[in-house]
Amino acid sequence: MAINVVVCVKQIPDPSAPARLDPASKRLVREGVDLVLDPGDEHAVEAALQVAEGAGGEVTVVSMGPARAVDAIRRALSMGGARGIHVQDPALQNSDALSTARVLAAAVKGQPFDLIVCGQESTDGSTGAVPGQLAELLGLPLLSFARKLSVEEGKASIHRQTDEGYDVVEAPLPAVVTVTGGINDPRYPSLRGIMQSKNKEVRQLTLEAIGLSGKAGEKALTQEVVDLQPAQARKAGRVIEDKGEGAREIVDFLAELKVI
Amino acid sequence: MTSARSAIFADEHEAFRDTVRRFIAKEVTPSVEAWEEAGEFPSELFKRFAALDLLGLKYPESLGGTDAGKLYEAVLFEELGRCGSGGVFAGIGAHVAIATPPVFNFGSEAQRRRWLQPAISGDLVMALAITEPSGGSDIAQVESSARRDGDHYVVNGSKTFITNGVRAGAVVALVRTKPEGGHHGLSILVIEKETPGYSVSRKLNKLGWRASDTAELTFQDCRVPVENRLGPEHEGFYQALANFEWERIWIAVGAVASAQRSLELAIDYAANRVQFGKRLAEMPVIRHKIAQMLLRIEQARHLTYHALWLHVNRQPCTKEVAMAKIAATEADVAVADEALQIHGGYGYMMEYPVQRAWRDARLGPIGAGTNEIMRDVIARELDL
Ligand SMILES: Cc1cc2nc3c(=O)[nH]c(=O)nc-3n(C[C@H](O)[C@H](O)[C@H](O)COP(=O)(O)OP(=O)(O)OC[C@H]3O[C@@H](n4cnc5c(N)ncnc54)[C@H](O)[C@@H]3O)c2cc1C
Ligand SMILES: Cc1cc2nc3c(=O)[nH]c(=O)nc-3n(C[C@H](O)[C@H](O)[C@H](O)COP(=O)(O)OP(=O)(O)OC[C@H]3O[C@@H](n4cnc5c(N)ncnc54)[C@H](O)[C@@H]3O)c2cc1C
Repeated sequence: MAINVVVCVKQIPDPSAPARLDPASKRLVREGVDLVLDPGDEHAVEAALQVAEGAGGEVTVVSMGPARAVDAIRRALSMGGARGIHVQDPALQNSDALSTARVLAAAVKGQPFDLIVCGQESTDGSTGAVPGQLAELLGLPLLSFARKLSVEEGKASIHRQTDEGYDVVEAPLPAVVTVTGGINDPRYPSLRGIMQSKNKEVRQLTLEAIGLSGKAGEKALTQEVVDLQPAQARKAGRVIEDKGEGAREIVDFLAELKVI
Repeated sequence: MTSARSAIFADEHEAFRDTVRRFIAKEVTPSVEAWEEAGEFPSELFKRFAALDLLGLKYPESLGGTDAGKLYEAVLFEELGRCGSGGVFAGIGAHVAIATPPVFNFGSEAQRRRWLQPAISGDLVMALAITEPSGGSDIAQVESSARRDGDHYVVNGSKTFITNGVRAGAVVALVRTKPEGGHHGLSILVIEKETPGYSVSRKLNKLGWRASDTAELTFQDCRVPVENRLGPEHEGFYQALANFEWERIWIAVGAVASAQRSLELAIDYAANRVQFGKRLAEMPVIRHKIAQMLLRIEQARHLTYHALWLHVNRQPCTKEVAMAKIAATEADVAVADEALQIHGGYGYMMEYPVQRAWRDARLGPIGAGTNEIMRDVIARELDL
């Protein structure tokens, strides 16, 4: 039985360059910076591809974002996705997480899919809220923090990462899964993949096309960033000088932190 | 520091660059120190490059290539050029840029299947063997003799400075098939490692490019089947010449990228090192040095891209390629030298990567036709 997978991907400012926040809009500066497919979402794409390839299905890549976000979709297509859906609308500027989830839910409706894979949280906004909201809006079970994913006989099963180890959790298909960075090693897009991705279909959808005019984006914000504070500077580390007892002191220190 | 993207490359080339850069960052850069120390990188690296379709970019799909074209291969050379090991650039580069092209250009379909196909899949490492102890610049004087004996050639002589020569499964060798006749008496034979009479007489110890193996090869009554000859007999000189443009572009493109990396090392260092209460990057002398380094690089880059563009568009470009090769390799040497100077005493220490950039850069003006020979080529083109 073929299993078709939708993967949700976000384009973000290159996290290897220092991020800047605009104090006026209280938002991340996205102009004049390199934009990339969220590295966390590369794991989602890889997981989706592995499921689809194992079961003879296809992967559809969905993203909401400005015109340039199509590059992130193409990247996922060059890894092996079959087609893309790009929701782009001027009214979507400054969407919050719930708006994003509404848009994604509307965009995947009418698509035949058995599984939706998301990153566990984006590297820039990092609310981690979108996948849960998406599952709720679609009335689907959510399997979160997967560090292992297998799909068989109408159900998905994951190892959910916990502080102590992992839980084994299952849900019937269709379901939404979020994956951690530990789940896989994302493939590099091969040259063949890059060349083929140019010819793959990316459907462009507006808010109107998905029936959400006025119901998502700036007009429908449910949350507002009211203030920005710089993160607390990290405290200086403790220097342990080794006068024969160094190793013991380090062990004590780590034990105190409950690291060991 | 990023430099403006050149019009020569399209979106797909940049997407491809991104893949190559990530791959190299993950699978090459972390091991550079160890490979340089060991004097070779593992042969499996060829398989890793092949898995990403990187060894057959300009070869047809029927042989396992991608037929993507030489611009893609130039992107590969750029990314190899900045990987931090001239040796890796040399080993992978010699395989794709100089050893395999004669097989593709002059080999029969059967010969292409026999050598090019496994070379593209990374199963067969290849080397190009032209230089001999008696001479490198004057290739018409190649002395290794191949005497016809029935359906074999009996080869005697030696080759030196052969990149990949130690591990090569097959070498593409320029040999003398007619005792007299200078450049009219040479042929190209593909000589396989197992051939009786073929031996790697020495692995050479070098100043730079240390992660690449460089060999001296000896042929002693080495019997090579006539069917291993590429193309017609006595055409070897012209066949070797046919790939010189691409060989020089490979070196030029790599040198620009390597100079760019040296500049980045210098900028990083200058941004952090404090003397007289100031960061080096704030001192006018250092700032001008860095501006000058960038100028050298951009001059070389533009000449190189111009030559590359002419070459891929099949325009005459012998002198442009020669000029690019000079400009790029001399910029690489000069920029590496200034970068080392900006590092002060630390630049002289083996634990800083700039010393290797400096050692590796020095090969540029010597390899792929020396820069003296390049100037000769330019002058000859001018019909003075
Ligand atoms: C300080 C701050 C500044 C912000 N600045 C901006 C800004 O400048 N511009 C702006 O548009 N938003 C901005 N946001 C909003 C934030 O990016 C949104 O909440 C975002 O649309 C989704 O939330 P998230 O990034 O936290 O996603 P998460 O819930 O953390 O993402 C989890 C997963 O959901 C999926 N997903 C998330 N977003 C998308 C998407 N757009 N398309 C497809 N899949 C997706 C991915 O699989 C992702 O891995 C800002 C938020 C904060 C807190
Ligand atoms: C690390 C390394 C890797 C190499 N890899 C390969 C390889 O894979 N395959 C291969 O076949 N070769 C390879 N070579 C050989 C390289 O191509 C030669 O070293 C080069 O062509 C110069 O030849 P030579 O060393 O014999 O110097 P010579 O030809 O003896 O030259 C000595 C000097 O005289 C100058 N000179 C010579 N003739 C003239 C002239 N007419 N006018 C003015 N000046 C002149 C030269 O420029 C040079 O400065 C490699 C060399 C090195 C160092």
